[in-house]
Amino acid sequence: MATSVQASAPRGFKARLASRAGNVWHLLVKELISLWRDRALLILVLYAFTAAIYIQATGMKHDLNRATVGVVDEDNSALSHAILDALLPPRFQPAIALEPGEVDKGMDAARYTFVLNFPPNFQSDVLAGRAPSVQLLIDATALMQAGLGATDISGIFQQEVNRFVSRTGRDMATPAELKIRVAFNQGLESSWFTGTMGLITNITMLSVLLAGAALIREREHGTLEHLLVLPVHPSEIMLAKILANGAVILVGTTFSILVVLKGVMGMEIAGSVGLFLLGTALYLFFTAALGIFLGTLSGSMPQFGLLFFLIVLPMNMLSGGFTPLESMPQWLQTVMQASPSTQFVAFAQAILYRGAGMETVWPRFLATFAIGMLFFLVALVRFRKFLAAQQ
Amino acid sequence: MAARGSIVTTIEDRAANEAASGGVALRLAGIRHGYGKTRAVDGIDLTIAEGASVALVGPDGVGKSTLLGLITGAKRIQHGQVEVLGADLAVRRQRNLVQPRIAYMPQGLGRNLYPNLTVAENIAFFARLFGEDADAKGARVAPLLEATGLSPFAGRLMRKLSGGMKQKLGLCCALVHDPDLLVLDEPTTGVDPLSRRQFWDFVETIRADRPRLTLLVATSDMEEAARFERVVMMDAGRMLADDTPAGLLAKTGQPTLERAFISLLPEDRRGDGDGAARGAPIPDDAPIAIESRDLTRRFGAFVAVDHVSFKIRRGEIFGFLGSNGCGKSTTMKMLTGLLPASEGEALLFGVPVDPADIETRRRVGYMSQAFSLYGELTVRQNLELHAHLFSLDTDAAARRIAKLTADFDLEDHLDALSDGLPLGVRQRLSLAVAVLHDPEILILDEPTSGVDPVARDGFWDHLQRLSRDEGVTIFVSTHFMGEAERCDRISFMHAGRVIATGTPEELKAAQRTSSLEEAFIAYMEMGGREAQTDARLPPPKVGAARRSSFSWTRLGAYAWRETLELQRDPVRLAFALLGTAILMIIFGYGITLDVDKLRFAVLDRDQTAESRAYIDEFAHSTYFVVERPIRDPADLDRRLKANDIAFAIELPPNFGADLRAGRSTEVLVTIDGAMPFRAETIQGYVQQVHLRFLEEAAQAAGGTLSTAASLEMRYRYNQSFRSVDAMVPAVIALMLIFIPAILTALGVVTEKELGSITNLYVTPVTKLEFLLGKQAPYVVVAFFNFFVMVALALFLFGVPLKGSFLGLMLGAFVYVLATTAIGLVSSTLTNTQVAALFGTAIGTMMPATQFSGLLQPVATLEGAARVVGTLFPTTYFMRISVGAFTKGLGFTELLPFILATAAFWPALLLLAHLILRKQET
Repeated sequence: MATSVQASAPRGFKARLASRAGNVWHLLVKELISLWRDRALLILVLYAFTAAIYIQATGMKHDLNRATVGVVDEDNSALSHAILDALLPPRFQPAIALEPGEVDKGMDAARYTFVLNFPPNFQSDVLAGRAPSVQLLIDATALMQAGLGATDISGIFQQEVNRFVSRTGRDMATPAELKIRVAFNQGLESSWFTGTMGLITNITMLSVLLAGAALIREREHGTLEHLLVLPVHPSEIMLAKILANGAVILVGTTFSILVVLKGVMGMEIAGSVGLFLLGTALYLFFTAALGIFLGTLSGSMPQFGLLFFLIVLPMNMLSGGFTPLESMPQWLQTVMQASPSTQFVAFAQAILYRGAGMETVWPRFLATFAIGMLFFLVALVRFRKFLAAQQ
Repeated sequence: MAARGSIVTTIEDRAANEAASGGVALRLAGIRHGYGKTRAVDGIDLTIAEGASVALVGPDGVGKSTLLGLITGAKRIQHGQVEVLGADLAVRRQRNLVQPRIAYMPQGLGRNLYPNLTVAENIAFFARLFGEDADAKGARVAPLLEATGLSPFAGRLMRKLSGGMKQKLGLCCALVHDPDLLVLDEPTTGVDPLSRRQFWDFVETIRADRPRLTLLVATSDMEEAARFERVVMMDAGRMLADDTPAGLLAKTGQPTLERAFISLLPEDRRGDGDGAARGAPIPDDAPIAIESRDLTRRFGAFVAVDHVSFKIRRGEIFGFLGSNGCGKSTTMKMLTGLLPASEGEALLFGVPVDPADIETRRRVGYMSQAFSLYGELTVRQNLELHAHLFSLDTDAAARRIAKLTADFDLEDHLDALSDGLPLGVRQRLSLAVAVLHDPEILILDEPTSGVDPVARDGFWDHLQRLSRDEGVTIFVSTHFMGEAERCDRISFMHAGRVIATGTPEELKAAQRTSSLEEAFIAYMEMGGREAQTDARLPPPKVGAARRSSFSWTRLGAYAWRETLELQRDPVRLAFALLGTAILMIIFGYGITLDVDKLRFAVLDRDQTAESRAYIDEFAHSTYFVVERPIRDPADLDRRLKANDIAFAIELPPNFGADLRAGRSTEVLVTIDGAMPFRAETIQGYVQQVHLRFLEEAAQAAGGTLSTAASLEMRYRYNQSFRSVDAMVPAVIALMLIFIPAILTALGVVTEKELGSITNLYVTPVTKLEFLLGKQAPYVVVAFFNFFVMVALALFLFGVPLKGSFLGLMLGAFVYVLATTAIGLVSSTLTNTQVAALFGTAIGTMMPATQFSGLLQPVATLEGAARVVGTLFPTTYFMRISVGAFTKGLGFTELLPFILATAAFWPALLLLAHLILRKQET
């Protein structure tokens, strides 16, 4: 009734601002309750930030690890044994002795990535200075291992031969020594790298999916339309979704970094975790806005699902977290620079491994936020159109 | 009522029939059924004779639907005995045998039908589910369409039908296989009066043709119940009464079944009696609250609302009646600003509606046709959320919520989740929310659809109070004539136009009819709605259908349906067919493990010819790109940190002099270790270049740097070590899992969310047929994708296929069988599309990209990753694909991997089969 004062409009700019902030807050609480009630989803989220990270980090190394070696040793000498013994775990699994006839089959089945073939009289030829050659077969389809392993085996091979020869009195001194030092992540511990990149992948996947799917579900259930007859602005609905889903994922990320990566796996973090989380928050603003944008583009959940894969898969795989960015074709590099996922991977590596501070990463923060804002605004414009299309 | 229905008039014949055959259609004994702590059915015993027509009546949430679910075999029996047509439904074999003789139409407008199939396709689908062959099907579909008047709409999509037509289509689908027991659950809820009348006329025709057909109908509309031979009244999971309509009236001494029902209820649940009379008329000079001026809305070529004009005065209750889909809801949405008008103007309080005007929304309350509050919030949380959004302060909100809870009788449900509430309670909650902020205008779209008579009465009492005591203007749409009688004025609408407006008395007088319903029908016919033609049903088919344990027809029905669905969604089809190609192009170029174009810089403390020669050795390598020199150690640190360079070289003072003199000297290289794989590769490159420099230096000096033995490296399969040759076949393996899995996953879970899963419960289709039928179209789509990707690999990327194409093709076929089966498992496990989507994404993305040998051979993995890698089909197909393309393997060498991949399909199918339920619990 008209005389009621309870529901009167707030007057003045300040009061209106407070009322809008209040709306966002109450809608945000609603989002959190909804998420809390979907237990299956909650379990998946929990898994994504804990076990999934751990399994991936400890299960798959990005360096040479447990490489499989076969050997056809037709020499069976002290030198050939010394070389094989120097292929040590964890980089190599113990070499398996093969008959010459078994080589092809074993490599075809990807049982062995490397096969060494010592010719007869190898050791005696070395001692006689006849410079014999040993064949190393490499499965070039084992992308990550082939190159690394070949370099490694070649180094070990030279070192063992030299050691063997020098014991027998010949001098092999090199004039200039090469000393290699690794800055940041000195141990080249790849589980930290894999873990962080797995975390980044899951952050992207979850935030886009949660925000977009929540929007489509609300539309399918008619609740979105209902909200639009209340004194609520579309931007408040969107902000509430972004903040609620972002907050959940930020908590998950913090837990993952501090407990799973640092606590359980002993990762050394060079920079400030706070700065990383700030960057993550900016990134989440982008991903959630992207999710809502994709939601407004798709007419149904199946369409959203396909669109999601089409957008998020490249965003993840080409961000530089899986494969080096420099090696991509120039045009693709340029395109990927516009993706905040690339920026996120870059500043995450800079902060976590290289200890970079705000002075180094601020341009990437800014870029992430700017692209996020762009998607937020486009999504906002599409919002009403998207509702009208549903009638 | 009796005059209207021929069902009652034939009661004697039927009784004679019954005596002759002595058949019992249905026998229930001691049925009890609960959900969690709630008892839905609490001890029911009931016997129904063959050929009888029985109405099951009672308010919402008394267990009617549960009982019907048990009778049709859709729900698993918890307690008691259900015997239908001589079969004990607790025994699976007997249930399977009898289900083809039962037809079930569940609650909701076409809930078990498929929105994206046409009328004819929906009927054909059900015919196939019951094993009809193509000829018989054709012979039966046409007469059914004719009889229901749906023939002109045979090619129309089900979702574009009006509510009444949906219900008739549902009936056609139920009747296509000639059932002996027809079970209808609230078949006329939300259906306009004319359609409702036509619907019951059609049911009568059927019964006239099939004297042995037993009819069991649940309804909350007592007027309808009066048409049946026998009425069973239910309340709180128990039976209140069971008699003929006349018997019930005689027993209770009440004039109508509705009054009879109320008199049978316990004292405190009876409500406050007869529908209150309308209040005093609204004065003519009352200000106009709502005005519509030539409002028009078009959707493409279709005109949903066609120049609708009316004025509603303050405090008036204005009713909107019309056929389903005549534009009532659309008009209401334009008034709320939810939908922009194509033409014309809507005014609230004399001001044009502006969707951006948030302040007006504080003065309007709107309740949409479907429940649109948050089901996952409790009643209290929903109320509190809305109080906050309307800026009520905490105290005011608490007072208001307390008052509304009392007014709308919600005390008992305050902490219950809204989703679990009976329909009537949900509607009360919606109304409470709509009036929570004391709006001056209320716009209510079919607020009482599906609400039982007692609750409806209370609801209207409340509206009356709001209108008369508080001056609230109420604009309401309804299908109930009883409600229309309580409005101050009403409008009849048809096909987007207002046909007549006036007080109920004026409208009746104008058509010279005694009841508003007669007036309504007269006006509808005036508006162009044609009357029903009388038609007969096709003759019943001869011979009982044989039930086979596996039927290609039933499997085909699901596969066909799924294919149609995919065809009708061009966006989904395009993604499904071309999405992989797009991704493959991106990944084929993008994912490369070649490490090159590495930026480096030098801190040269020597600045001699030798140091420059050393730097040149690096700069000339294709792997490296030299950046401007480093000034000092601090600069080195900074540039590494900012990722300007990947590594730095430090040449010591006297580097050249030492080298010339043969003195030992040391070059220091600092590598960024952030990305371990890249760092290790750089290490290797740097060592090579360093060695080459030394060799060249030695050669220049006239000597050689001899080695005692050399290692001769041979890269097999991919001599040039081109990343693309290994990556493209691997990407094929990846693409053939993501999209097929996601497509299949959503295919099944959608049926669960939309309710058509009921067809699995109550028709003869088996779980295996259902699963395979769902899977088949996506296998075809995925296999098509495979060929597209092979073509891309050969012609775009120039990756040669060195091995057996036959082996690759066979491998791909068994692989997509496995990957689509992953989708099946994922969707049998979950209940919502979101969860299925997310579960499939998480379940495929990590294992496929990380643990299947794409980056690292599976043999090198450890722990859980190794286990996952070994038990994932991508691992094996990756080897087939890489083997056939790059390694040049023949058919026999590929065979072990093909067999390994093939093993996943039956295993996953078995898993899905175990999880999927043929009955609701």
